[in-house]
Amino acid sequence: MLSIKNLHVAINGKEIIKGLSLEVNQGEVHAIMGPNGTGKSTLAAVIAGREDIFEVTEGEIIYKHKNLLDLSIEDRAREGIFLGFQYPVEIPGVSITNFMRTAINEIRQYKGLDQLSGAEFLKKMDDAKKLVGIQSKLTNRSVNEGFSGGEKKKNEIFQMALLQPELAILDETDSGLDIDALKIVAKGVNSLRSPENAIVVITHYQRLLDYIVPDFVHVLYEGKIVKSGGKELALELEAKGYDWLKSEV
Amino acid sequence: MKVTTKKVSLKDKMIRLFTENQALVFQHDTPEISDRRRIAFEEFKLAGFPDTRVENWRNTDLTKVLEADYNYYFQPTFSEGTDLKKIFRCDIPHLHTDMISQLNGWFVSENGSIKTNPDGVIIGSLSAASERFPELINRHLGKYADNKKSGFVALNNAFATDGVFIYVPDNVQVKVPLQMVNIINHDKDIFIQNHNLVIVGKNSELRLVQCDDSVNQQRSLINTVTEIFIDENASLDHYKLQNKNDASTLINNMFFHLERDAKLSTNAITLNGGLIRNENYVRLNGENCEANIMGVYLVDKKQHVDNQVFVDHAFPNCYSNEMFKGIVDDSARAVFNGHILVRKDAQKTNAFQRNKNILLTDKATVNSKPFLEIYADDVKCSHGATVGQLDQTAMFYLRSRGIGIENARMLLLYAFAAEIINHIKIEQLKTRIDDMIKKRLRGELSICEQCVLHCSTMEKPVEFEIDMDKI
Repeated sequence: MLSIKNLHVAINGKEIIKGLSLEVNQGEVHAIMGPNGTGKSTLAAVIAGREDIFEVTEGEIIYKHKNLLDLSIEDRAREGIFLGFQYPVEIPGVSITNFMRTAINEIRQYKGLDQLSGAEFLKKMDDAKKLVGIQSKLTNRSVNEGFSGGEKKKNEIFQMALLQPELAILDETDSGLDIDALKIVAKGVNSLRSPENAIVVITHYQRLLDYIVPDFVHVLYEGKIVKSGGKELALELEAKGYDWLKSEV
Repeated sequence: MKVTTKKVSLKDKMIRLFTENQALVFQHDTPEISDRRRIAFEEFKLAGFPDTRVENWRNTDLTKVLEADYNYYFQPTFSEGTDLKKIFRCDIPHLHTDMISQLNGWFVSENGSIKTNPDGVIIGSLSAASERFPELINRHLGKYADNKKSGFVALNNAFATDGVFIYVPDNVQVKVPLQMVNIINHDKDIFIQNHNLVIVGKNSELRLVQCDDSVNQQRSLINTVTEIFIDENASLDHYKLQNKNDASTLINNMFFHLERDAKLSTNAITLNGGLIRNENYVRLNGENCEANIMGVYLVDKKQHVDNQVFVDHAFPNCYSNEMFKGIVDDSARAVFNGHILVRKDAQKTNAFQRNKNILLTDKATVNSKPFLEIYADDVKCSHGATVGQLDQTAMFYLRSRGIGIENARMLLLYAFAAEIINHIKIEQLKTRIDDMIKKRLRGELSICEQCVLHCSTMEKPVEFEIDMDKI
C-alpha cells in the first residue's frame, strides 16, 4: 500500500530524514518510535504532502501504485490518506460541522460520487460522535478553538472516523492525554482497523501500544529506521531506553 | 479668441456657496448654532481640505476626488411627504428595526419630521429638532465634532442643516434596534453633507445600525458627521454598514462622547466602497467607561478604505479595545491609524489596539500605524499590527482533510473576518453579515449596486426596488 524507499528530506537545506525506507501493507498497524528530533513528525508531514517547509531531496514514496510525491495535499487526502496532527490547528469561525461537510463532499466529488444529503451527513456525524464519545455542542463549535489538549486530539480521531481513511498516520496523538482520553483514541483507531486499511502510529511511549497493538515496531533515529521488530520491541525500548540503541547504531 | 477659465477649486466653490446661501443655511438655527456655523466656516477657510502633507492623510490622497465638479443642494431635491417605505424596504429576514431613512442626506418620513415614541424616544430630522428642542440642540450639537480635527469636520459644522436626530430619555431600554439608512440616489454627481445627533440618556440602552448605501453608479462625495452622546451608565451598541459603489467617496466622522460608567461598542463593516474614510473619535469623559471599537473591511479592485481611531482617556479606570481586521485584494489599499491618548490623570487605564491584515496580492497595500501617547504611569496599554498572507499551517491542515486550495482559502479568510462578525449582538444582522461576507469572499458581491441589506440571497428573492417616480 505504502512503499517508501531511500527518502531524504531537508528543511532549509538541513537534512532531517536521511535515507528512510518503510513498507506498509493493507491490514497492518505500524508503530514508529524514537527520541525527540529524529524526524518522526517530518515523515508524517511529508507523507501528507507538506512541501512549503519540507523538501524531498531524494527517494520515492509509492502509495497504491501511484507516485505520492506528484499528488497535491488535498488529492492525497482524497486518495485515502489521513494525518492526525500532533498540534491540531485552531480555526475560529469555522464550525467542525461545516469543515467536515466541506471535506467529505470534496472527497466524494473527487471520487465521482454524489454529495451527501444533510440527513446522511448528520447520520455519519452521529456515528462518529458516538465512537469518540464527544458531545453535540462540541461539533457546533469552531474547529479546535478553545479546545483542551485532550479535546483537540479527540477531535482528530472524530475527523478520522468521519473520513474513513485507507491509510491513517497518527502523529503523537497520545501525547498529553490522560488514560481515559487515551482509551477513547485507541477505541477510535481500533475501529478503523480492517484488512483493507493500514495505520501508522507515531509515539514516544509504549503506553499507547497497550491499547493499539501494532504488528510492527520501528525505531527512528537520526533520520533513519535503525531497528524494526514486532510489538515486543516496544517493551524492550521501554525497559532499556533509547541509549541502548545509540550504542548499537 | 480663446477664453481660458481657471478651474475653481472645491474649497473656493464652498466658500462662495456658503456666502451666497446663508439664508438657507441658517433658516432652522438657534442663534447659538448660527454662531457655531460662522466659527466653523472660518476654521474651514483656514484649514481647507486636507492633503497628503497632513500626517493623518498621508496615505489617503483626495486630489482626484476634490477635482470633480459636484452639485450641491441646500434643500431636498424631492418633494415633502415622500413615503420611503414604498420605495425602500429592508429584507434582512426577521430583522425587526425602527427604520429612519435619509435620501441624499435629507431626512425622509411619511410621519412628519419628528415623532415621539411611546417609550419617550424622539426621532426626527435635525432641522425639525433645532426648532422643537433648542436647549438640547444648543447643549450638544457641535460640542463633540471638533472643527480642529479636519477641514471636513469644520465644513460639515458650517454647512450641514439636516440629518437624523435621536433622543433617548434617561432610564429607557430601547427594545427595538434603530436603523438609520442613508441612501444615495441621484442622477448627477453630488456632494452631500449631513449631520446626525444621537443622545442616549442616563442608564439607557440603545442599539443603532447605520447603513450607508448607494443605489446607482453615480459619483458622490459624502461628508457626514455623527455626534453621539452617551450619558452616565448608558450603553450603545452601534454598527456601521458600508456598501457603496466604486465611484463614491465617503468621509465618515464619528464622535462618541462617553460619560461616567458608559459603555460603547461600535463596529464598522466595510464591504464595498470607492474611497471610505472612517474617523472615530472616542472621548472617555468619566471614570469606568468601556469602549470596544471594531471594524472589518474587505476591499478589492482599486478601492480604498481608511480607518482612523482616536481614543481619549481623560479619566481613570477606563477600558478601551480597538480591533480592526481587513482582507485586501487586487490593488486595493487599506489604511489604519490608531491613536490612544492617556492623559495624566487617567490612571488604571486599560487600552488595547490591534490591526490585522491579509494581503491577497502583491499589489494590495496596507499602511498601518498604531500610536500610543501616554502621560499616566499606572496603565496597561498595548498595540500591534500585522500584515501577512494566510497561515500556511492552517492551509495544510484544511487541505490534509481533502479540501481544495480555493475552498481552504475561503474558509480561512472567512475565519479571519469572523472574529469581528462574532461580536455582532443582533442575531439576524449577524446572520446576514455573515452571509454577505461569505458571498463577498466568493466574489459574488464584488460589484454590488445594491444596499448591504438588499443583496440577493439564496433563501430569499431580492425585494429591493426603487420606484424612480417617487423620488
